[in-house]
Amino acid sequence: MTVQAIGVAGIAFLASVGRVLIALLAGVGRVARFGFQTIVRGLSPPYYPGRLLEQLLHIGWFSLPVVGLTAIFTGAALAQQIYTAGSRFSAQSTVPAVVVIGIVRELGPVLVGLMVAGRVSSSMAAELGTMRVTEQMDAMTTLRTDPYRYLLAPRLFAAVIALPLLVLVANAIGIMGGYLLAVHKLGFNAANYLTMTRKFISADDFEMALAKAAVFGFFIALMGCYHGYRTEGGAAGVGRATTDAVVSAFILILSSNLIITVIAFG
Amino acid sequence: MSGGPKIVLSGVTKRFGERVILDGVDLSIEPGESLAIIGQSGSGKSVTLKCILGLIRPDAGSILVDGESVVGLHGKDQERVRAKFGMLFQGSALFDSLPVWRNVTFGLTQGRSRDTAQMKKVAEENLERVGLDGKILNLRPNELSGGMQKRVALARAIAPRPEIIFFDEPTTGLDPIRADVINNLIVSLVEDLGVTALTITHDMASARKIAHRVAMLYQGRIIWEGSRDRLYDSDNPYVDQFVRGDADGPIR
Ligand SMILES: Nc1ncnc2c1ncn2[C@@H]1O[C@H](COP(=O)(O)OP(=O)(O)O)[C@@H](O)[C@H]1O
Ligand SMILES: [Mg+2]
Repeated sequence: MTVQAIGVAGIAFLASVGRVLIALLAGVGRVARFGFQTIVRGLSPPYYPGRLLEQLLHIGWFSLPVVGLTAIFTGAALAQQIYTAGSRFSAQSTVPAVVVIGIVRELGPVLVGLMVAGRVSSSMAAELGTMRVTEQMDAMTTLRTDPYRYLLAPRLFAAVIALPLLVLVANAIGIMGGYLLAVHKLGFNAANYLTMTRKFISADDFEMALAKAAVFGFFIALMGCYHGYRTEGGAAGVGRATTDAVVSAFILILSSNLIITVIAFG
Repeated sequence: MSGGPKIVLSGVTKRFGERVILDGVDLSIEPGESLAIIGQSGSGKSVTLKCILGLIRPDAGSILVDGESVVGLHGKDQERVRAKFGMLFQGSALFDSLPVWRNVTFGLTQGRSRDTAQMKKVAEENLERVGLDGKILNLRPNELSGGMQKRVALARAIAPRPEIIFFDEPTTGLDPIRADVINNLIVSLVEDLGVTALTITHDMASARKIAHRVAMLYQGRIIWEGSRDRLYDSDNPYVDQFVRGDADGPIR
């Protein structure tokens, strides 16, 4: 290859990187604007408390089974892993501490975030996307009801409220999962295990977990609403919106989790 | 309110990407008039209605409703103008999460649940006007046939008693008898209540029955307008071909 050809290829590469970067920044701008609009309009009347309640039920209550199962299995598996790994340098006694810290600080919020994103971001995008492509959004607008207030804001607010509550439940159940396995399979003394657990539960950690959960809830609903609201192109478009909503919610949850963790505990 | 036309479009242009859909639409509708727009599928008839309703923003041109420019209106002004309109969407666009009666009264309640008994009564009255009875009040839209959905959507559009109603293919997919019920309803809305009507249709019998005047949209412009009686002798080869449904002619 000549120097010239390498130069041309290099410029083409830089140009494509630039294009991706610009598209990304434009996308971030659009999402930010969309989120801002949803919050501002949702905080001004008319309000739809009925819609909010409906969404709280959908996001919070109906996620309980999947959240509970995830938490109990993960808590138990974590206890087993720590026990096996710890026994190599006779540190089995750290099981209750690691379970508490691992569940409360990381696994509780992240797993709940991901599970609920799988359930809720997708269903929001599919439902709103279908409403878009079947002109229900347009019909609502001509009937003088703002889709931002009626459809989007209740979803966003409900997710921000529901996720911390779900994480609270998941943390409790996850710790219990570790306890059950440790006591019934690994031969821990129940009273000792509970004492150790209590010693490592910290209010600060719980607060941080709830803050994470609220952020994740925001992203879950924001991605579901954003991709659903902007759907175009019929049934295939709804499919794309659903996938995009889940994937982008996952990425936002995992990356914001890392950022919060590094800032808070780093 | 001015004494002039109810709606005036001048030079309305809209493109999606590279494709020019509307290329300078000029159209005027008098108060109490019933106008039908005909034209091929995909020629931009629905887009024209959505531009007037402020659902799509035209790239150029002006749209006046009661003499007031409506392009780019916001907030309260837009609300006020929208309150004048009712719209029957081509695909009905019923809210599939709500029962029929809440669909029909959505324009009155703005989606809030209040006065349930009163609203059910209002829903029933409006359903009767489109030839449906109260038995379907509590059904979901997906439990209805396509023709029934269309009539429920019509009931929803007329329930707030708008001054102007747009009908996007109101009789498509209905049997001839049901179609005529809808035709009669549109005629009575115009004759008895003085509503201004704009109807998109492919149904020439319907156009001749409901419209005072007919306009044809072709390649982004209104290429012909005339009274309904001139539909079959328009002296326009495009209109001729369209109303006769010929495969041969200037339109390919
Ligand atoms: N929101 C949109 N984005 C992109 N293209 C659109 C949009 N709405 C309509 N179109 C295109 O504009 C053209 C005219 O559509 P429409 O007005 O629905 O036709 P019709 O005359 O059959 O009602 C079609 O080719 C359609 O694909
Ligand atoms: Mg159409």
